[in-house]
Amino acid sequence: MLRKRVIPCLDVKNGRVVKGVNFENLTDEGDPVELATRYAEEGADEIIYLDISASPEGRGILLDVVRRTASNVFVPLSVAGGVRTTDDMRAVLRAGADKVGINTAAVNNPELINDCATQFGSQCVVVSIDAKWRDDWQSWEVVVNGGRTPTGLDALKWAEEVVERGAGEILLTSIDRDGTKSGFDIALLQAITSLVSVPVIASGGAGTVDHCVEAITDGNAEAVLAASIFHRQEITVGEVQEGLVAAGVAARRESA
Amino acid sequence: MTTIAVVDHGAGNLVSIAQGLERVGAQVVIATSPGEMEGADGVVLPGVGATAAAMDRIAAAGFVDPLKSLSVPLLGVCVGMQVLFDSSDEDDAECLGIISGTVRKLQNAPTLPHMGWNDVAVADDPLFEGFAASELFYFVHSYAPVPIDPSVTIGTSGHGEPFVAAVRQGSVAGVQFHPERSSVAGLKVLGNFLKNCAEARRAA
Repeated sequence: MLRKRVIPCLDVKNGRVVKGVNFENLTDEGDPVELATRYAEEGADEIIYLDISASPEGRGILLDVVRRTASNVFVPLSVAGGVRTTDDMRAVLRAGADKVGINTAAVNNPELINDCATQFGSQCVVVSIDAKWRDDWQSWEVVVNGGRTPTGLDALKWAEEVVERGAGEILLTSIDRDGTKSGFDIALLQAITSLVSVPVIASGGAGTVDHCVEAITDGNAEAVLAASIFHRQEITVGEVQEGLVAAGVAARRESA
Repeated sequence: MTTIAVVDHGAGNLVSIAQGLERVGAQVVIATSPGEMEGADGVVLPGVGATAAAMDRIAAAGFVDPLKSLSVPLLGVCVGMQVLFDSSDEDDAECLGIISGTVRKLQNAPTLPHMGWNDVAVADDPLFEGFAASELFYFVHSYAPVPIDPSVTIGTSGHGEPFVAAVRQGSVAGVQFHPERSSVAGLKVLGNFLKNCAEARRAA
């Protein structure tokens, strides 16, 4: 049976893992390759790098980090952040990434999803959707730039559109929950997973093992993503996998 | 040292498969033309993306006949395994026809692509030497092969329906999963392939 996945996410800036709140007051958390290797040894089902360099120099450094990671870490690697063209995507794939996430560029130019899927296959095209609840809509709006810029797009309609255009996976982040450790937005997950057949990765709000289990059992997510709780070793990847198994969900345990 | 040629037909992630092979002790040659496969003890045919596009690139680079007449062991990975068959329902692609059968979309799958770690029940085959009856491997695909001769199947998995996850016909083998992304178990498959190539060289 297909295992539900547990995915640590590393924010990478100029070749270093950083952490902060809303991309501010960043602190250096170490070498991405070292951290990714540690996570892989702990049984992480995949690793995601989110590049927040936003500079050409940082981009070059990121590709080198991806190359070094691919040489040392033999679990799947996704890279998101800063991919604007099919050439950007090719460079990241050739460096050794298995999947590439696009977010703002897909909102600005939806055709990019089709182009990437045609050239590289849907299986490596992840569309990241950052969603924020709007009371006046009684629905979620797609936001970009770390939640600061509204797009006017309904997140549910956008999710359907990105799949039609060739996305092979959706990385769904609740901006309302991101950084709160108050649990994933289960209603958002349910709304999106009931609409699309591609895997949905739940992101934003992980604070406990139970939160991660709920995202899968109640939200129907295929995978859960978390950053700070794993980096700070508040909970481990293995503990989430144990929690899933205890709840009757098939999960992979490297040591089992 | 055992040399493995990895076919580069212009798409996908060659880094990880090359690094995986090197990790288990292979000398890796990236072959962008058939001539670069010469002298290798084995060939790996990777592949991601759409089958028709992969076949177009394989044909454009002149690999069709050299792959069909290969005298050393061949391992197809993911789409590189699917193109070993006669044809694929994906884009109605005509494939290499090395193994008889077709490739079709997974039926009744709860999610597509089938993406993640899944069990593979493995047969007694040199590729799976030292394995228990079942092992977890990482998959990313929506299509799977349907061989005409069931005896070529050496590994099965399931997602909505049972599907063929590994095949062998003589010295040609293929896996639907990604050994280069399947952690310890995946590296073991690559190591076994390497060993098979070294044994084939000694026997030749």
